Amino acid sequence: MSTDLTAEGGHGAVPTGPEVPVEPKASTARRDWPLYEVFVRGKRGLNHVHVGSLHAPDDEMAVHAARDLYTRRNEGVSIWVVRSADITASSPDEKDPMFAPNGDKVYRHPTFYEIPENVPHM
Amino acid sequence: MSAPTLDRPAAPDEAALQAHFDAVIAAGHRIEPRDWMPEGYRQGLIRQIAQHAHSEIIGMQPEGDWLLAAPSLRRKAILLAKVQDEAGHGMYLYSAAETLGADRADLTDKLIERRQKYSSIFNYPTLTYADVGVIGWLVDGAAICNQVPLCRSSYGPYARAMIRVCKEESFHQRQGYELLMTMMAGSDAQRAMVADAVDRWWWPSLMMFGPPDDDSPNSAQSMRWGVKRHSNDELRQRFVDMTVPQAAVLGVTLPDPELALDPATGRYRFGPIDWSELKAVIAGNGPCNAERIARRRAARDDNAWVTEAATAYASKHAA
Ligand SMILES: [Fe+2]
Ligand SMILES: [Fe+2]
Repeated sequence: MSTDLTAEGGHGAVPTGPEVPVEPKASTARRDWPLYEVFVRGKRGLNHVHVGSLHAPDDEMAVHAARDLYTRRNEGVSIWVVRSADITASSPDEKDPMFAPNGDKVYRHPTFYEIPENVPHM
Repeated sequence: MSAPTLDRPAAPDEAALQAHFDAVIAAGHRIEPRDWMPEGYRQGLIRQIAQHAHSEIIGMQPEGDWLLAAPSLRRKAILLAKVQDEAGHGMYLYSAAETLGADRADLTDKLIERRQKYSSIFNYPTLTYADVGVIGWLVDGAAICNQVPLCRSSYGPYARAMIRVCKEESFHQRQGYELLMTMMAGSDAQRAMVADAVDRWWWPSLMMFGPPDDDSPNSAQSMRWGVKRHSNDELRQRFVDMTVPQAAVLGVTLPDPELALDPATGRYRFGPIDWSELKAVIAGNGPCNAERIARRRAARDDNAWVTEAATAYASKHAA
């Protein structure tokens, strides 16, 4: 049996060894429509939550495609789409410089303060 | 006024990044797209997610062949919803692959050029309408066994896509099983059709789990990285154990004389799998390999004008 078959990826045994190319060819890359990130509000009262992305030629088509792709079974009541290129992100791994200062500001949390048991409603 | 000088941190060294990555995996946390990751992990994931996405979209074809021939409006609506779901699964997965630096148009080109593969199971033909039921029951059932553990894959976007997919797969399996129950309650000819379809799909379904563990050297690395959670043989065994009682309820005989409950383990023993068949199908010699790729190529090329028109419209209105 070939050494490069894995069953991973749902539907079964497929070669996934190093001979399978992965890097995009420059000629095809960017031929596709721009990438949009999709956010869905599950129901009234909830935040819009990121659900994935899709390609679309423009904003309006992105909303239509998002409706078909991400809300086929009442997953939501409202959709936001935004061009991926327009998102500025802090990466989880930049977390240390970005979020570390909060770590020693324990006084920002309610549990920092000791209140006697007999004080009601606090 | 001169620009302030920035205190740039020194480039982090690879060993420290690797140690951090290993610690995240060891803690059972998820790797996210902008994290540093070893090249082998990134490329391995692209290969896996891409072939998975390809399998979903090629997987639309065998059942799609029955869309117009399904026997009632109800059955047509169900089948249409299922085939549409499979397109959706492909899209979720291509979008997960793109978070790793892959490009969707490039991946689908590589599929058409046969440089990346899709699951061998979709190279078998759907000869009768009973095949639609058996695909839902066995093929989607096997996919569920493979996919449920992937919901805990170490790569965040892949795991999230799989959660979404798994929710929908349950409908796929149940509609197939219900279709078969209906046919089994029908005429002798319908029951014979089901039996024939089960005979044809049983062994290819078992092959979906891949070669035996002692013949899958890549699995070990995949399991260390938390990309894969269970071995091929373990998943195959789970599938058999789940399916045999379902076959009994349905009243069909699985085409394996060696299939028997092992009282010591409570699990089912089954006969040897013909791996040469899997090898031949993967090599391109299955009954439908050429047809599947040809249709995918036609879908891309014949519809290119739609893509171009929408792009032209968008750029005209962007001005
Ligand atoms: Fe699927
Ligand atoms: Fe499915």
